[in-house]
Amino acid sequence: MKKSYKIDVDCANCANQMEDAAKKTAGVKDCSVSFMTLKMKVEFSEGADAAAVMQEVYKNCKKVEPDCEIYL
Amino acid sequence: MNKKQKNLLLRIIIAAIFFVPLYLISEDIVHVSVPKWVVLILFLIPYLLVGYDILRKAFLGIKNGQVFDENFLMTVATVGAIALGEYGEGVAVMLLYQVGELFQSYAVGKSRRNISDLMDIRPDYANLETEDGTERVDPDEVEIGSVIVVKPGEKIPLDGVVIEGTSALNTSALTGESKPREVAVDDEVLSGSINTTGVLRIRTTTEFDESTASKILDLVENAASRKSKSENFISKFARYYTPVVCYAALALAVLPPLFCMITGVGMEHYASVGRLWGDWVLRACTFLVISCPCAVVISIPLSFFAGLGGAGREGILVKGSNYLETLSQVKTVAFDKTGTITKGNFAVTAVHHSPLDEKELLEYTALAEAHSSHPISASLRTAHGRRLDESRVTDVQELSGHGVIAKVDGRLVAVGNEKLMEKLGADYHPCSHTGTIIHIAMDGEYCGHIVISDELKEGSGEAMQELRKAGVRKTVMLTGDAESVAKKVAGEVGISEYRAGLLPADKVTAVEELLRECSGNDRLAFVGDGINDAPVLSRADIGIAMGALGSDAAIEAADVVLMDDDPRKISKAIRISRKCLAIVKQNIVLALAVKFICLILAALGIANMWIAIIADVGVMIVAVLNAIRCLFVKKL
Repeated sequence: MKKSYKIDVDCANCANQMEDAAKKTAGVKDCSVSFMTLKMKVEFSEGADAAAVMQEVYKNCKKVEPDCEIYL
Repeated sequence: MNKKQKNLLLRIIIAAIFFVPLYLISEDIVHVSVPKWVVLILFLIPYLLVGYDILRKAFLGIKNGQVFDENFLMTVATVGAIALGEYGEGVAVMLLYQVGELFQSYAVGKSRRNISDLMDIRPDYANLETEDGTERVDPDEVEIGSVIVVKPGEKIPLDGVVIEGTSALNTSALTGESKPREVAVDDEVLSGSINTTGVLRIRTTTEFDESTASKILDLVENAASRKSKSENFISKFARYYTPVVCYAALALAVLPPLFCMITGVGMEHYASVGRLWGDWVLRACTFLVISCPCAVVISIPLSFFAGLGGAGREGILVKGSNYLETLSQVKTVAFDKTGTITKGNFAVTAVHHSPLDEKELLEYTALAEAHSSHPISASLRTAHGRRLDESRVTDVQELSGHGVIAKVDGRLVAVGNEKLMEKLGADYHPCSHTGTIIHIAMDGEYCGHIVISDELKEGSGEAMQELRKAGVRKTVMLTGDAESVAKKVAGEVGISEYRAGLLPADKVTAVEELLRECSGNDRLAFVGDGINDAPVLSRADIGIAMGALGSDAAIEAADVVLMDDDPRKISKAIRISRKCLAIVKQNIVLALAVKFICLILAALGIANMWIAIIADVGVMIVAVLNAIRCLFVKKL
């Protein structure tokens, strides 16, 4: 399952860090963050609960970039 | 400017107002005697005002185990400078760093909006016709088969068929073509085009998610998430670069002074041990300021994004930055013939040896073929152009593999190939033209032949020339048609090679062969119309689909979609990709070279913090402005 989320972040490097952080989250199969379109595309693993996983993704992203926002 | 940016601007201005007089005092340009600790406290006001968020982020980063980021670099460098008594430098670096951040944020936001505006084909509403008048609704809510009204100046929200009205549509957002398209009743219209002159009533044929506008938007939005090698290289680079620089700075701060103290070499330059350490720690701080990777990290994705946007404006949809990169390395282009180089509709191109008037001959032929469903009969009827009175035709006899014999106005008309003529004993002339030849005999007398062939697309020849100019070494045409037809078409448009008589599966094999012939970094592009060549499109390094507006298969299989049929857009796409990649390279080289030189100068103690921060912010501004050039591709 793939979903796309709107995000807000200030710098390109921070977007890369968010992508890394999201990729490392359990339940996320793949993730791509586009700084230019301010979109995060997340592919969830089989059977993962998207809402719960996104909460974790959000937490992990906040850790690497306190100024980021994901509109869930 | 958004709220965040305005806020930052205000902080920068206030901090600068505080900073300038303080700096003049501390540098003894204006003579006011105040104790040092008062100066420090006064300097801390603008410092904290402009940099508190950086300090906070650096602190949070350390807490969360994300030590090496630009916030950390800036914090260490500025705190270090202040601790060494270089108050002015410390505050100035923070101030200028924030100016750079503000500019970057503004420039990126601005170009993001510009590019999105270009591709703004998303319709906001639809005027749905209901029992009591029209109602303005979300396009999402309109069901297939509903009737919608589109007034002049409005966007067509959903694909459909015109049931009332005539108008001219501006399709430039979809095709890059500025010429308006005339539509009338029964014409198909695509969402995303703008109605310019008359009111149209349209019966919708798709749901919003399946409409052309939605599909294109989806494609454009996805494009930026398919990252190119350069982008991946940069993000990997940034991951290692920052920690490496931090350790290098640490080494710079510690090793040389230790060396001096142990060996005593160079100690004579310093008044005291404290001075020695201070000097090297300051150099290390300068080093950190220079090392900020933002210029490269921001300008690369921005260049690609602008390139994709610029190409989109020209009616060339590239599905990702990675394809833009591949496109720039294309040296071989393989073409499908029908629908790509030729129009794909057959037309009468010549009438020879006819004792009758051309029109008369065409009329008899069309009448004899009036009942046939063969595409060639259809093209004969189209060439004739007027309505056929079928009651004039009797006794139609279809001879499979030969042609048709029918009575028209009481005369026996035979229309078919050479075999038919031989069978009838008519004295026919073989034709020197290539194409499909139709011989005609009336009452056993030979009456000449009609040549039917596919027409070349306007601009096919020009397209090949431009491809060669763009550095494409080999053009190959793959076709299922006969050798003679392929040879003629190849000769006319100037294609260097052709392979004729290929079945669809053979085309894949042919492309694989060509792929093996490509050397090194050379890439192969295949151009097709998306009809039954999807496997070939996906097998080639890069698949370019032609005239794909509305064709799902092509949008799925291809990497680049040319929204109008124009083969000249192929070379344009290649030139856009080259320009974009050139700018990416310029930015990487410029940023890294300037940083590298400054790092050396800082290590040698030649560059001070002022030079460091100006190099950092300056390179970033130049790189961002350079990246925006990717957007301007009209004249390429």
